[in-house]
Amino acid sequence: MKPEALLHPTPAGLFCPIGRFHVDPVRPVERALITHGHSDHARAGHGKVLATRQTLDIMRIRYGEDFCGAEQVAAWGERIEIDGVTVSFQPAGHVLGSAQILIEKDGLRINVSGDYKRGVDPTCASFVPVPCDVFITEATFGLPVFHHPDPKAEIGKLLTSLKQFPERSHLVGAYALGKAQRVIRLIRDCGYDEPICIHGALAKLCDYYQGQGVALGDIRPATIEKSTPDLFKGAVVVGPPSAFQDRWARRFNEPLISFASGWMMVRQRAKQGGVELPLVISDHCDWPELLETIREVAPSEVWVTHGREEALVRWCELQGLPARPLHLVGYEDEGD
Amino acid sequence: MKAFSDLLDRLVLTPSRNGKLKLLADYFRDTPDPDRGYGLAALAGTLDLRSVKPALLRELVLERLDPVLFQYSYDYVGDLAETIALVWGGGEKDDTTDEEQPRLSEVVTMMNSLGRTEVRAAVRNLLDHLDPAGRFAFLKLATGSLRIGVSARLAKQALSDMSGKDVTEIETLWHGLAPPYEPLFAWLEGRAEKPVLATPAIFHSVMLANPVETGDLEKLDPADYAAEWKWDGIRVQMSSYGGTKKLYSRSGDDITGAFPDVVGAIDFEGVVDGELLVGGTMRSNSPTRTFSDLQQRLNRKTVTSRMLDDYPAFVRAYDFLFEGDQDIRAKTFLERRERLGTVIEKAPHDRFDLSDLVPFSDWKELDRLRIEPPDPVIEGVMIKRRDSPYQAGRLKGPWFKWKRDPYNIDAVMLYAQRGHGKRSSYYSDFTFGVWTQTPDGDQLVPVGKAYFGFTDAELEVLDKFVRDNTVERFGPVRAVRAEPDFGFVLEVAFEGINRSSRHKSGVAMRFPRIARLRADKLPRDADRLSTLTAMIEAASPST
Repeated sequence: MKPEALLHPTPAGLFCPIGRFHVDPVRPVERALITHGHSDHARAGHGKVLATRQTLDIMRIRYGEDFCGAEQVAAWGERIEIDGVTVSFQPAGHVLGSAQILIEKDGLRINVSGDYKRGVDPTCASFVPVPCDVFITEATFGLPVFHHPDPKAEIGKLLTSLKQFPERSHLVGAYALGKAQRVIRLIRDCGYDEPICIHGALAKLCDYYQGQGVALGDIRPATIEKSTPDLFKGAVVVGPPSAFQDRWARRFNEPLISFASGWMMVRQRAKQGGVELPLVISDHCDWPELLETIREVAPSEVWVTHGREEALVRWCELQGLPARPLHLVGYEDEGD
Repeated sequence: MKAFSDLLDRLVLTPSRNGKLKLLADYFRDTPDPDRGYGLAALAGTLDLRSVKPALLRELVLERLDPVLFQYSYDYVGDLAETIALVWGGGEKDDTTDEEQPRLSEVVTMMNSLGRTEVRAAVRNLLDHLDPAGRFAFLKLATGSLRIGVSARLAKQALSDMSGKDVTEIETLWHGLAPPYEPLFAWLEGRAEKPVLATPAIFHSVMLANPVETGDLEKLDPADYAAEWKWDGIRVQMSSYGGTKKLYSRSGDDITGAFPDVVGAIDFEGVVDGELLVGGTMRSNSPTRTFSDLQQRLNRKTVTSRMLDDYPAFVRAYDFLFEGDQDIRAKTFLERRERLGTVIEKAPHDRFDLSDLVPFSDWKELDRLRIEPPDPVIEGVMIKRRDSPYQAGRLKGPWFKWKRDPYNIDAVMLYAQRGHGKRSSYYSDFTFGVWTQTPDGDQLVPVGKAYFGFTDAELEVLDKFVRDNTVERFGPVRAVRAEPDFGFVLEVAFEGINRSSRHKSGVAMRFPRIARLRADKLPRDADRLSTLTAMIEAASPST
């Protein structure tokens, strides 16, 4: 069987015609397999959804009780039959509940890795390399310029700045699902015990993470209390980056804008976004990790879904490894 | 290097002046000698570091990285130094530790001790031992383009903040000291006496004027101010003491060697501020020549006797900072000028004259004089408070410059190229042309290139036009549609215009920028080359 007969790109996303299901579809479909809870991969309105327990929980938190017609839990490694196709979920190390989905039929193995990373992250299960014939990878940071440094050293920059500018509120931009909780956890692991204030958009997901055993320490809502105008002086405030341009940010004392993202590796990106303190912390692979993973998985073919596809395809070609870009649309590579 | 590269990373992204001062003062306080002194020199533009050519850096990076992957990376990042800093090593895992990294002082000493053939290997080795931020800092220093929004003045202010010493005191010492400034730091930290300058014939930071803006003059009483012509030469400082005679540019570069005719004629002691010009002094009753004549003498290390004969240089004196070894900067402008007059009177009449005061009774009268100056080499007027002391820097209030209005032409956009840095995703460098008659009829000939003057919103419009109307590509350059009835007309402003044998059109503009987008005009309405050549003739002295 040709791999394309088992799985191929369509406008709605990757589609398996034999099992009649989509993976991470960007439009409502009858049957969806979801790798993880980020909104560009996990959308509301599908008929049936198969995903990990945590991904389903996250979708419920974000979209409400009726986010789909029917849900089915995939346990790690459990082999599930769908119309003669076997699928199984393995950890991807991206955010809590994130999975790679292995699709098998007649000995042909295609692994959809979803978004993934290889670095240590205490807030989710680590990536497991899965042997396969076709490895479908993202390429969000698929350029040799991207190297994610040690995240603890990045948090060190934040703690240094807190000492240098003790009167300024340090606003740390981090996406609500995954990055925010990871950043808070990293700050704790670096020995910072003061209360951390969070934007309202983070509250439910932080509670969920804590309920799943990810300790975040003393976190408080970043709301104003009239009696203590200096409340946020020198405080660490974590919120979605979009909120920092908003009225919401005016309550803080001389805010110092920080942003935890892999994009912060490029100075001009940081500068254009008005970021004073970039923290290069990513939930995706950097370039060396992408290459390392492809070498480790050793597939006979690589398909690249989204990001800087052309560079990763070029690298595969230089290695003599067949590769093709899938040009899938609808995944926002900015979301890191 | 680590402390310095961390500092650069923070400075690049810190918009507030106070934030920058805090970062700088902390760096100077916490970094040991001699590293901090070299860091200071790098920021203040006094660091002497062997330069590395971008072509060599490209070759080094391509030893380990596929050229296609490098090009994808460069296109994405938009800055050569930053791209190389990030992709160095071909994109393998980077595990340089902080302790392994060489110190800034080691890098400077090593680079400056290299022989010509050793550069390639030394730079490769150095890049291997630095982390990405360190590589970026090194590459910016070695390619000579450290643009991070910190002026020498700000760095000195940080020294003042860190030590409590007055910034003007630091300023006075500054040009007598050299990197790594160890005696300076010792004094700032109270460990030693104030450094004694070996020679007073040093450069002293110059006083600069602000341009007159709308409404500025209405608030001022003309009786408090004196006016002088603003001559179109280059601002210089002559410094002479105990037989040492120096000529400095406005930024403190020593240009003594290129002007033996002027320096050799100095027969006074002290520090004089003036304009370097070519031609004859007013006292010898011969005309001042244009800036393009002066350019023949600029940027040369040595000068031939032919050049000295054909383009004789002289200084038109504006101000007096030291009379002998006496600092008279605190005295009033008029008093300094009077003393200056006495000295210049006795100095060789073919090399020195005193800038005339321009009498005027009200701003309106001065405006008329500014618009129609009596000499084509005058580019406007200077307005100076009669009682102003000589203060380094560009203070608002005591001195103003009021330039003749710029020249304007309507030209047609011909080519566009992507900008760099912040503008790397926009077509922001524009080549423009005007009409000229050829045997094949009227054609557009390129006359210049401009890459600023427009607002961000206008840039969006320009960029969109380029993308929608590209007719041909030459590497990074796009040719755009430019026909009599279709194209983009730009109003270009510029400060001056000269003949040029280097350009096909035969003209070269000074300081061209895009003043306005003329969407209301068609290319057929744009100016002709003959208009530009007429401007050159009008600007040339009658000789």
